[in-house]
Amino acid sequence: MSTEPEKLRNLMRSIFMTHRDEIGCDTCFDQMDLFAELTLAGKDVASAMPHVYRHLQMCKACREEFEALLSALKLL
Amino acid sequence: MEDRNNEEWVRALGGVPDSGVLAALRETLLRGLRYALKQRYHVTESDLEDFVQDALVRVLDNLDTFRGESKFTTWAQKIAVRVAFSELRRKRWENISLQDLVPDDTSEDDSSGASPLSWMPSSELTPEHQITQHSLGALLQDLIREELTDLQRQAMTAIALKGMPLEEVARRMGTNRNALYKLLHDARQRLKQRLEAHGVTVDDVMAAFSPEP
Repeated sequence: MSTEPEKLRNLMRSIFMTHRDEIGCDTCFDQMDLFAELTLAGKDVASAMPHVYRHLQMCKACREEFEALLSALKLL
Repeated sequence: MEDRNNEEWVRALGGVPDSGVLAALRETLLRGLRYALKQRYHVTESDLEDFVQDALVRVLDNLDTFRGESKFTTWAQKIAVRVAFSELRRKRWENISLQDLVPDDTSEDDSSGASPLSWMPSSELTPEHQITQHSLGALLQDLIREELTDLQRQAMTAIALKGMPLEEVARRMGTNRNALYKLLHDARQRLKQRLEAHGVTVDDVMAAFSPEP
């Protein structure tokens, strides 16, 4: 079983997007509620909370949860 | 119920929780989760109720950690989402071991293409792009074998190439999601340095994998 080029590209991209100071999943979770509210308010979250923004780009598990949270909040 | 402010939520749920307020929170979390999960994930109403029940216990247990930086319901919904995803991932992957997913393949001979670390260039590309993809793939494969620890190699393969969620890999490795993220971060940093030392740039990668039509 071989790995598709798309997965190789994504892995390569994540390697090149690596920053020296990335936050972990715990810190991301800690700030995700505020980040979600700022996102829904249309704020520039990449500038306001760059560490969370970057973590969500790198971490699929946190990104899935963030997207679900946003979706749930749209209903509230 | 939505006009309750944060202090009112915390006051009503602290100590012996007000049953009416607890019911209101349960309904809010249930509606949010239902909306967020039902279209994309296979969940039943009974699953949703179980997730919310677990989430409520966790919300009450962690009430003193709520700092009021967001609305209380946003904070509680975040916890409900985490509970739901943890359970969905656990169920989805429960019969798959790390060994099944990432067999030991530290041997040099990988010509069979059986290893998860071997990859085929996309056949829709021009021969030049196929060769570039193949070379980059081979280089990365070598670096993953030579530069990473066994743990890093196993985790990176399971997550990035096999799609196993971070926390499921962490559980199997006897660690936690946060620690595993940091281990992978170190691995990515190492690979980035080594790729750069080989003269590979992000532009090379993008050009090889997103060729002009």
